[in-house]
Amino acid sequence: MGQTIAEKILSAHSGQEAYAHDIVVARVDFIMGQDGTSPLAIRSFEEMGGRRVFDPERVAFVIDHSAPSPSEGVSNLHQLMRRFAREQGIHLYDIGEGVCHQVVPESGRVGPGSLVIGADSHTCTYGALNALATGVGSTDLAAAMISGQMWFKVPETFRIVCRGTLPPGVYAKDLILYLIGQLTADGATYMAVEFAGEAIAQLSMEGRFTVANMAVEMGAKAGLMEADDKTLAWLARHTRRQFVPVRPDEDARYARVAEYDVSRLSPQVACPHRVDNVRPVEEVAGTPVQQAVIGTCTNGRLEDLRVAARILAGRRVHRDVRLVVAPASRQVYLEAMREGIIQALVESGAAVVTPGCGPCVGTHNGIPADGENVISTANRNFKGRMGNNKAFIYLASPATVAASALTGKITDPRHFLESR
Amino acid sequence: MLLKGKAHKFGDDINTDYIISGKYKFKTLDMDELARHVMEDLDPDFYHKIAPGDFIVAGRNFGCGSSREQAPLAIKHARISAVLAKSFARIFYRNAINTGLPVVECDTDQIDPGDELEVDLKAGLITNRTKATTLPIKPLPPVMIKILNDGGLVAHFRKHGGFRLEEEKE
Repeated sequence: MGQTIAEKILSAHSGQEAYAHDIVVARVDFIMGQDGTSPLAIRSFEEMGGRRVFDPERVAFVIDHSAPSPSEGVSNLHQLMRRFAREQGIHLYDIGEGVCHQVVPESGRVGPGSLVIGADSHTCTYGALNALATGVGSTDLAAAMISGQMWFKVPETFRIVCRGTLPPGVYAKDLILYLIGQLTADGATYMAVEFAGEAIAQLSMEGRFTVANMAVEMGAKAGLMEADDKTLAWLARHTRRQFVPVRPDEDARYARVAEYDVSRLSPQVACPHRVDNVRPVEEVAGTPVQQAVIGTCTNGRLEDLRVAARILAGRRVHRDVRLVVAPASRQVYLEAMREGIIQALVESGAAVVTPGCGPCVGTHNGIPADGENVISTANRNFKGRMGNNKAFIYLASPATVAASALTGKITDPRHFLESR
Repeated sequence: MLLKGKAHKFGDDINTDYIISGKYKFKTLDMDELARHVMEDLDPDFYHKIAPGDFIVAGRNFGCGSSREQAPLAIKHARISAVLAKSFARIFYRNAINTGLPVVECDTDQIDPGDELEVDLKAGLITNRTKATTLPIKPLPPVMIKILNDGGLVAHFRKHGGFRLEEEKE
């Protein structure tokens, strides 16, 4: 019987022919924890009687959610992580190195066919590299750090085929917001999603990471894509490791298949306080914003900063708007500096902060005031998400956020892109 | 195990940021402290309304959003005995079982705020004392029953030294 990508990867890692609904114990290739989840994992590790991690090369910690530390409580948890990492000989990405979902792919440790767990829900990002990657909690992370294994219910697969070509000014972020709006916040719960079709193939790797990143916002366990020449070229720039791409069989069984034509899509905006409350930009244009955020594991990559700079260069951010920019990683930051992107953003009035998650998760670096509207490139707009439950968060592409930062209200970025 | 308490009702898609806000969870491993802020963004007084043993009763997709295990832990430390919902998001569901918080799938439309409930996990039945009705529970997968019976994943690992999830042959 044919298999989906998820079934093939779980079969290869569990030593049994695995199909949807089976329960398997599988060996994992890579394990990641961040500073919001690793401290609890360290505690569970100790309570479980763990002495050594199963393989230090396959475990990494990332300090990104509150980096640099905004308080003594956080500092002490960071210290706990650093001590544990040193004792165990595992790699720790410290403050300034970047957001976990950017630094893990950049490390070259993850690729086609990999099975990855991360104690962060957006671990599904690596699905863009044809890896089965999924978020778990701290105790699951601890169990995997000790045993090198994890139990999985083999997910059913939902194949989403994106037809057509995205119009100018419409990006990967708009595509995934549109899909979430159509399918809702639990439209793919517990399923692996396979994103396919020419509209996905046409995306850059950066765009594919954006799409896979948000699979969890429709409840999915993973957001998978096939590996093509772009994938392999991207990997070759980051590692010498060889990977074997995993393709679904022709006769694989899908729980659901849906097709969408994205050729006439407008820029999309997710409105407060739900990620699936998505509308075309035309319907919300004119809504005033006081803060704009460009960054995060969804949209803090070089291409994202490049698009923002294209709109902002030579112009000034509106006087009633604070624009916060957080590059996704040090590598992205450096490349953006070399290209003059950072210069252009800062000249336009942006406040560039340390690569990290702060502005998205409400730990620091731009907590909005009561009653304020924020437009952000992040992946969640839940009430209180940015640290103030009296603020309103709109999610959009880097282009829409940059255009809105210029005008002080939600703005269709195509107005600015056409004039250049 | 028979759980008894009052129903506190919430809607669909209750995410982990609502359960415990990111602004607290990054600061401490003291779960009793986090428990004081449980559901705070939806109901600032919620913690003070809970009597030990009470239930959170919600709609679809409870626990969607981030992977924070602090979410089920904060609920547990607020002395909520179980969460009843129409469905759960997958990471929350795993985390709840791993940390020993019972999660129960059932038709929560049949429960109103303040109803006095008895939840019998073993018999798979909820008795609504206020309405004098009963509700069936969707059974947990066997793997999860095994982990819950061991007292959570930490206890499971302490007992077996690793995953020991295959079904026992009688």
